[in-house]
Amino acid sequence: MKLARDTWLIFQRQLHLLLRNPVWVFVGVFQPVMYLLLFAPLLKPALGAATQAEAYKIFVPGLLVLLAIFGGLFQGFGLIAELRAGVIERSRVTPVSRLALLLGRSLRDVVSLMAQAVIITLLALLFDLRVFIGDLLLAYLMLALIALMTSAVSYGVALKVKSENALAPLMNTVAQPVLLLSGILLPLAFAPGWLQGVARWNPFSWAVDGTRALFSGDIGDDRVWQGLAIITVLAAAGVYWAARQFARSVR
Amino acid sequence: MIETRGLRKSFRSRAGRETKTVEAVRGVDLDVPAGEIFGFLGPNGAGKTTTLRMLATLIEPDGGEATIAGADLLKDPGGVRRRIGYVAQGGSTWDDSTGREELVLHARMYGIGKAEALRRAARALEAFQLTEFADRKCKTYSGGQRRRVEIALGIIHEPKIVFLDEPTTGLDPQSRAHMWDEIRRLRADGMTVFITTHYLDEADALCDRIAIMDHGEVVAEGTPTDLKREISGDVVQVGLDVTATGEAEKLFDGEEYVNRLEPLDEGGLRLFVDEGATAIPRILRRVDAAGLDLRSIELHRPSLDDVFLTKTGRSLRES
Repeated sequence: MKLARDTWLIFQRQLHLLLRNPVWVFVGVFQPVMYLLLFAPLLKPALGAATQAEAYKIFVPGLLVLLAIFGGLFQGFGLIAELRAGVIERSRVTPVSRLALLLGRSLRDVVSLMAQAVIITLLALLFDLRVFIGDLLLAYLMLALIALMTSAVSYGVALKVKSENALAPLMNTVAQPVLLLSGILLPLAFAPGWLQGVARWNPFSWAVDGTRALFSGDIGDDRVWQGLAIITVLAAAGVYWAARQFARSVR
Repeated sequence: MIETRGLRKSFRSRAGRETKTVEAVRGVDLDVPAGEIFGFLGPNGAGKTTTLRMLATLIEPDGGEATIAGADLLKDPGGVRRRIGYVAQGGSTWDDSTGREELVLHARMYGIGKAEALRRAARALEAFQLTEFADRKCKTYSGGQRRRVEIALGIIHEPKIVFLDEPTTGLDPQSRAHMWDEIRRLRADGMTVFITTHYLDEADALCDRIAIMDHGEVVAEGTPTDLKREISGDVVQVGLDVTATGEAEKLFDGEEYVNRLEPLDEGGLRLFVDEGATAIPRILRRVDAAGLDLRSIELHRPSLDDVFLTKTGRSLRES
């Protein structure tokens, strides 16, 4: 009860501050939109897809997962600014729930990601992408869980390193191979065997597969529940770990 | 209100390959009664902030124990948090929030309901003369205004004790005087105020009692007056004509209330006495009776810096 109340309190505050500067939502969506407009048109011939819509069914889910991963991983920067301003320390002398300090922020990030995902989806509709609403909502659930995990992990790491200079290279180093090994830009079906073998160990590759299956309308595909299960477990673990960082003494 | 025994904290810092253990606080015993302004005086790096952060539940002590407003620091940090307010040295407000938003949020983090939080915020803004700026973003505030918001944040839940870490550092003299008044007002409202400072005049003028800290230890504790009296008594400086200095020296040498005397190059004497207020009339009578021409008489009280000097062998101004 207290957790729910405190989480709602922190969430409201963070969302309020985000809406005061909504430009960040659009900054976050800029890169994926560029991919959608300037990269996706190459895919129909490259993938040998029958139609443009076919190519977008493959590309848009990957793009959304990319958005969720990156959108989340870089939230730590905001937290470092809050650390520096003393806002986190001020919260820590109150009896407010430590988990709420994390969840309130991460849920704000999830909401912000959802807004971005809707923008991308709507744009993709203009390019003849068609997807059932039920499948789409389940895909959004996958994205929300990914964003919850990556933003929580990013906050946890931010609390540990406490400096933008350390956070930026760290996040890039993690994000780059994760991105390439999840078949986001092109499906890993094109990859040689060893690369596919490595990618099987990348949970985001499962998430991308699951999201693609949903966009293709195969809600019964095993990859859907597998992707969701893997990401749910990881999101729970990420939140647990990051909440511990919030609870522990920060000098 | 605050009672600590043997509070300790050390940090490990790494420089290259070597790890060094810095003993930031090495066994602090304090007894702070309710309703006082208690000051922690000492140079930067003396361990003041570390002690304060331990008492405010922000860092865990390595050893020792403490009871704060009846709650055990180690066993019940949650209970301590509800009873105390803490205002950090480096600020605690967010640039893009308004003062009112910060106050409401902070009150609500203590579990206070929305309507009550709004009422308290309005009251605090009024009390700290911030109503005019209440709905502007914090980044537009002056240093003094921002500091007042931060103090208001620290007491929005009406704690029994408020910890203020260097509340006036970086403020201009006028804002500083203003802040002193605010702090006295907190005491008048029945709060125990625990401040740290490295300003001698602040400790002297504002605090009911002080503990002087150096190298992680409390080297002296008491009221500013007691601490200074403990040192050396008062100094009375008598200005006379240069030619009269020798005669005056003979006059005061052997007076039982004069502990020690020094002639002044510019003419006159420096007399070390226990209590300046009682010595001055006697000195005046003596000078008058001898028919000497008195040019000036000044009473110097020993400063807290003299106390620090005596206890540590260094001047606080130097360190």
